[in-house]
Amino acid sequence: MTAGTSRTARRADVDPRPARAVPYDLVREVLVVCGVVLVLVLALSAVFSSPDDPPTTIRSFAQQSPLVFLHTALGDLDGSGEIASYGPPYNQGDHAVQYLGPVSLQKLAGVTIPINTAQDFVLGPLQPLATVEPPVAAALDRFNAASPAQRKAWEAAYGTALDAAVSSGATSLQAPAAAGPVGPMLAGLLEEAQVGSLDGLLLTSSRFYATDYTKPLLFLQGAAMHNRASALNFLGTQWGMMNETGSYPGQAWLWLYTFWYQVPAIATSPNGDAIVWAIMAVLTLLLVLVPWLPGINRLPGRLGVYRWIWRDWYREHPVGPPGGTFGPAGPPGGGPRAGP
Amino acid sequence: MSTNLTARLRARLVAALPPEQLLPDSQPEYVRSYVYVFGAMTLASFILLIASGVVLALFGPGWWHASPVGHFFNSIHFWSVQAFFFFMVLHLWAQFFMAAWRGGRRITWLTGAVTFVVSIGAAFTGYLSQQNFDSQWIAVQGKDAMNAIGIGAYFNLLNFGQMYTFHVFLLPVAVAGLTTLHLLQVRRRGVVPPIPPRELGR
Ligand code: HEM
Repeated sequence: MTAGTSRTARRADVDPRPARAVPYDLVREVLVVCGVVLVLVLALSAVFSSPDDPPTTIRSFAQQSPLVFLHTALGDLDGSGEIASYGPPYNQGDHAVQYLGPVSLQKLAGVTIPINTAQDFVLGPLQPLATVEPPVAAALDRFNAASPAQRKAWEAAYGTALDAAVSSGATSLQAPAAAGPVGPMLAGLLEEAQVGSLDGLLLTSSRFYATDYTKPLLFLQGAAMHNRASALNFLGTQWGMMNETGSYPGQAWLWLYTFWYQVPAIATSPNGDAIVWAIMAVLTLLLVLVPWLPGINRLPGRLGVYRWIWRDWYREHPVGPPGGTFGPAGPPGGGPRAGP
Repeated sequence: MSTNLTARLRARLVAALPPEQLLPDSQPEYVRSYVYVFGAMTLASFILLIASGVVLALFGPGWWHASPVGHFFNSIHFWSVQAFFFFMVLHLWAQFFMAAWRGGRRITWLTGAVTFVVSIGAAFTGYLSQQNFDSQWIAVQGKDAMNAIGIGAYFNLLNFGQMYTFHVFLLPVAVAGLTTLHLLQVRRRGVVPPIPPRELGR
């Protein structure tokens, strides 16, 4: 587009009639508005405060729901847990891998945060306990020396006993002999968790300072978090992310994003997240490009809200008869340099 | 034209934004509607957001969980975010109804819309930096969506250190930079004039 045509285009889409310049104090306006917003925010803060519900710890989880804890730990050990077979970026599983058509961006990005749940969540954290408790050390040795089939058999026996304990309403588990070393191992892990050391063990990095909570959060992400979250109406199908603890407004601006998770076909699709992101990527692009979208960029003219916004201007500048009172040669009505 | 690069840069800047246009003391008569104030309200909430965030940052991430004064500053920060988005959305709709991209102002809309998107990222990392149950839940809940499109491999919601640095430095700087650009564009073009009545041949 040449400069000439674009200037004509500009003339055509703004009111061409000259506007008077009136005194205006921008700095005062910003200061006054800052004052108003400050008072508003101080009042809201004083009256409503802000949410700060204490985090869930592995310790509180293990103390309140020991059997659910054991179920989580068994899933991490035997590979049936969600994270064990999750897929990228944690491992090569395929449990959570999503596709858009034939393409999986998730797989393309690769495994960048390697997690081996059996090693990272169970066998590794048991090492410190094994150094002070010989039965745990013996159980670990026995487990590590066993064949994969033998391990599976022990884990299965433990799982059966655990399910029975849960359905009988028990609060603790006496592992059967058929579970072999898995019994003392998971009992040891539960003990570590209940005294609070598992929280630290999953966090510890070889570099002393810790800022990365990936492992403890992945350990807690299943039943531990969901049980607490569903009681708070936090699940994805409950407009999850928009809510906050207490009755605080959450990220209301995510309404359109969360909206798609309420659509049954998307909520139940194994590729739901990828689909929602694809939809939102397109919609975001459309928002950014509104001025260039034919039809949409003319919509405000049809909706007519502008007539109310500029009602004083239109009232004071009625459109005259053809060849009316306004001079066609006046400068375009835009810009602070316009007017007398 | 002079070969002095400094002089040339100055000449270009002054030509693009002469001081009386950057900070004008008069406006066209149609700038009377309160609708024009939503942009300033957004700006005011953002200033308050930064100010309260600076106080929280001065004392470190653990402070506000233990100190009542700290908690109050957290509340100010929290409600500033709510105000910021509230006014920004009002402003966005107002600019839409005014078709404020007319008259060579399309790039102004574009920077505004990009600011909106980046602000959502800034708020999101803020929720992740709270170190309470909300943060834990948003992290474990959000990770699947991030992972599903490959972002999670590099932007790990479960990594507090990474989210915190995004929240207290990278994203606020981006929002502040974009806002500055947005405001300079508004001043450069001047406030958008009314839509011409149909009779004037649109
Ligand atoms: C940090 C966020 C933002 C701030 C602080 C901000 C601030 C402002 C201010 C102070 C103005 C001039 C006065 C007014 O018309 O209200 C303005 C104009 C404008 N804003 Fe924003 N804005 C923001 C975000 C947005 C968004 C999200 C959009 C739309 C997607 C947008 C689109 C526009 C447009 C098109 C104008 C030009 C109007 C004109 O020239 O009269 N802005 N903005």
